[in-house]
Amino acid sequence: MGVGEILSYGFIQRALIAGTLVAVLCSVLGVFLVLRRLSLIGDGLAHVTFGSVALSLIMGVNPGYVTVAAIPLVMLSSLGILKLTEKARIYGDAAIGIVSSLGIAGGIVLASVAGGFNVDLFSYLFGNILAVGNTDMIIAAILFAVVLLAVAFFYRDLFAITFDEDLAKCSGIRTTTINTVLVLMTALTVVLAMKVVGIMLISALLILPAVSALQVARSFKSTIIASCCFATISVMIGIFGSFIMNLPTGGFIVLINFILFLLAFAWKYMRKGRV
Amino acid sequence: MPVELLNIEGLWVRYNAADVLRKISFRVNSGDYVGIVGPNGSGKSTLIKAALGLVGSERGNITLFGAPLESFTEWERIGYLPQRLRFFNPNFPATVEEIVGLGLLAGRRLPRKLTPEDREAIEKTLETMGITALRKRIIGELSGGQQQRVLLARAVVGGPELLILDEPTTALDPETRERFYTLLRDLNRDRGITVILVTHDTSSIGTYASRFIYVDKEIVFDGTFDDFCHSEEMTNLFGEFAQHLICHRH
Repeated sequence: MGVGEILSYGFIQRALIAGTLVAVLCSVLGVFLVLRRLSLIGDGLAHVTFGSVALSLIMGVNPGYVTVAAIPLVMLSSLGILKLTEKARIYGDAAIGIVSSLGIAGGIVLASVAGGFNVDLFSYLFGNILAVGNTDMIIAAILFAVVLLAVAFFYRDLFAITFDEDLAKCSGIRTTTINTVLVLMTALTVVLAMKVVGIMLISALLILPAVSALQVARSFKSTIIASCCFATISVMIGIFGSFIMNLPTGGFIVLINFILFLLAFAWKYMRKGRV
Repeated sequence: MPVELLNIEGLWVRYNAADVLRKISFRVNSGDYVGIVGPNGSGKSTLIKAALGLVGSERGNITLFGAPLESFTEWERIGYLPQRLRFFNPNFPATVEEIVGLGLLAGRRLPRKLTPEDREAIEKTLETMGITALRKRIIGELSGGQQQRVLLARAVVGGPELLILDEPTTALDPETRERFYTLLRDLNRDRGITVILVTHDTSSIGTYASRFIYVDKEIVFDGTFDDFCHSEEMTNLFGEFAQHLICHRH
């Protein structure tokens, strides 16, 4: 089957568009999160998304709108992580752990109340990008625009707090506001990425492209651009490859990301060897 | 006529139920070059952080450029160089040019984009600090001395009136340290930047600072270096021999 023929399928076109939008968002935010040692926030929020999806399904929300229904709770949880870190002086990883376990525990209890795992909940755990519908694509496009505009608007502030929060404060930057913007954008992105790679693999999409970019980039801006490139390439290869080889798309995208990371890592060491 | 840039009155800082700083009061006027010295754990760095609002205080009043710290917004008037970056990551992927550009955020409206004038200011500062050749290098690849120059460039690129430096020479070898002090003296003398320098390097600071504050949880001495050398209190504190070594180094 040729590339042209594969591209003629509507579900492949939708998967490529939605996948690229999600990949770009995750890779941009991932750079800030990885450098701020908040990599696992994606994992934590993904677990909360699991709980939120279970809650939505139990409340009888139309499965087509479960993504939107999960947004408020996931955003609230992201703020919870931030407040636990800032006010209760709990380490970031512990705060993520608390919210994460609460989310997954809530989801399991709710699923049990509803009579066990039903097919819908299972599909959110592992994602199915090839099942992305028109509504999902529109939601993805809107969230993509909102998050990317916010990143562009706060780019220099985000860069400053990522480099050093104290220095940023002494530059008059409202670090609490910028941290809030960052975690809220992450929450939105995690909900959006759920359909693409599934709840279990979201953090991979946030972490791997950014870490690969850190191996090869020579400036902060180029790190973000490289991260976007790695993520987009992995989604493209992942969708085509999984379709041709009849493999799960979400998992395949993550595997491609890992291979790209290995290549970037090897390139870094070869370059070091030359210097 | 000198203008008051920083005024601290009756500052107390407590941490875990212990006093870190007690009844600290002093003021810094424009043109001053103040050296704050004291032993390890004396609260020097905490004093600077409290003055900038980076740590909270139990009581006391702090004003910056005449405005209470809580409502102070003119951060472009202050350049700050910390002892070390809180979570410095040697693999942080920012170039020297990008880091120096971070010194131009204060007082700007979002999205705080750099203007052509800003790029000129960055260029000029890189030149003054002698780091133009390093502009495209990643900060983590530089030596300790070069990194300090970059961070100093970040602190001065916006043309601050007050420069606050917290033990900036800790990681430097003696020769680089001397060059760094000379650079600060030139910024104070030639560009009129008021300098507050926290250091444990008591003997070096006497050569450069016009005023000398010795802190050990509270202010033990505040005066000129000459006064310090002739102070009986300081003789009792350091012992005659140590005081002689400190005072006759220059």
